[in-house]
Amino acid sequence: MPADKPLKGGRTLIYRHPLLVRLTHWVNLASMVVLLLSGLQILEAHPGLYWGQSARFAHPFASITARMADNGESRGALYVAGTTFDTTGFLGVSKGPDGAQGERAFPTWLTLPPYRDLGEGRRWHFFFAWLFVLNGALYLISGLVSRRLPREMLPTRAQLAHIGASILDHIRLRFPHGEEARQYNVLQKLVYLPVVFILLPLMILTGLTMSPAIDARFHLLSILLGGRQSARTLHFLSASALVLFALVHVVMVFAAGPINEMRSMITGWFVIKPEEKRP
Amino acid sequence: MTGPASRRTWLKAGLTSALGLAVGACAKVTQSPTVNNVLDGAETLNRRLHGLLVGRTALAREYDHRDISPDFRANGTTNPDSDEYQALVTSGFKDWKLQVGGLVERPFSLSLDELRAAPARSQITRHDCVEGWSSIAQWRGARLGPLLERAGLKPQARYIAFFCADTLELTLDGTGDYYETIAIADAFHPQTILAYEMNGQPLPVAHGAPIRLRLERQLGYKMAKYVMRIEAIDNYAALGRGKGGYWEDRGYQWYAGI
Repeated sequence: MPADKPLKGGRTLIYRHPLLVRLTHWVNLASMVVLLLSGLQILEAHPGLYWGQSARFAHPFASITARMADNGESRGALYVAGTTFDTTGFLGVSKGPDGAQGERAFPTWLTLPPYRDLGEGRRWHFFFAWLFVLNGALYLISGLVSRRLPREMLPTRAQLAHIGASILDHIRLRFPHGEEARQYNVLQKLVYLPVVFILLPLMILTGLTMSPAIDARFHLLSILLGGRQSARTLHFLSASALVLFALVHVVMVFAAGPINEMRSMITGWFVIKPEEKRP
Repeated sequence: MTGPASRRTWLKAGLTSALGLAVGACAKVTQSPTVNNVLDGAETLNRRLHGLLVGRTALAREYDHRDISPDFRANGTTNPDSDEYQALVTSGFKDWKLQVGGLVERPFSLSLDELRAAPARSQITRHDCVEGWSSIAQWRGARLGPLLERAGLKPQARYIAFFCADTLELTLDGTGDYYETIAIADAFHPQTILAYEMNGQPLPVAHGAPIRLRLERQLGYKMAKYVMRIEAIDNYAALGRGKGGYWEDRGYQWYAGI
């Protein structure tokens, strides 16, 4: 691993992310964006989610609908677990590329392809699902073989002991400096761990469960997940959790210093500042 | 003259047109044949991997009577409007005959009563639509394998084609008529049946009367309804628009195991 380079003002340039981590990070981002947009294209074909093996059409867990209001206008609505929200302009009814309001579950800029085409959406989804799985496997295997993954991802005892202080620092948007900044902080680790080892594998397992061919060979998957429609709902919910993670992740990058963070994920080099003197 | 309000308008217009450009560029990329050919590579990968992982004989899960859906959805055509088909409905399919031919040694045809007397199987299975929903029903029908054995497949036969009574899209050249093709191995799968009963009743018109194909390990669009004629073929390039099925001709994947 390249050695630290001292900079002016007590700052140090350290080699934070090896090439494989940087490469898999960006391939993962690209495939997740395509999977999200093409996934919404697929959901557009039947924007209702259910629990169990089969769909009880009159009793969805969540659904997006468009219906005619009394004044003859189309209104979009999102229904989730007993509550209905008017989402006209975004879900159910939104403007198309021609500027006219149309009945569609998701706006055209949120689906791939932008126009309605289930077959094409599936083609993009399955191609990038392969890229996502192979890329993820490369990240996991290389991280385990080099023992980098457990070293970087598991919180240390000292970190766990000071988790309260860490949370307070985060709320005040004060990020670690000095030696502390060489590793992921405890909150990062506690978020990255379930994302890498629960949410991402859940995406793959719930996806596989929806395949009737895979289901014929591995009945256990749909039994464990509570049925094919449950798997489909969980596929959507864990994708939503990943979107939430990505949003927080980007906000944190901006809060912590976007230039330094982006440089470290592109070139590998990260600047750490000297430890602050606490009063 | 550039107050905050007009700046906001400009910003909004800028964002909207940037989004519009991105959507337009996206549509260009997704409509490129080269891009689609590359993406199709994943379909081959899926089919091969499933072939290895699932195998030819694994059975689709079968369910209990209490799992049967009270609201099984009927998709695609729900009542073919041709005079010939309507005449068959009126006569209770008395004059309907299933033609079995193509690359076979002994072509034959069967009435509905003769089909009911053929080796049969009953199964409660889950129907998975490409749109994402699933419904469960009990199906009873003639096993396709023994029927094909009776006809005697010629060695060059590689697919079984199903020709249906319904026209889903009106076209001048007849490419809007529903048809499907499946692999020989899938045709001989024990759960592959020509179903004439659904939930203990004669198959309703909405679900494909008098018979529909059940191909349990693939998606619903493979399971042709209103089947009139079955042919063994060596390739499907000459049928419809050449992609192996009505929906395949319109962009769906030929292998529908996923």
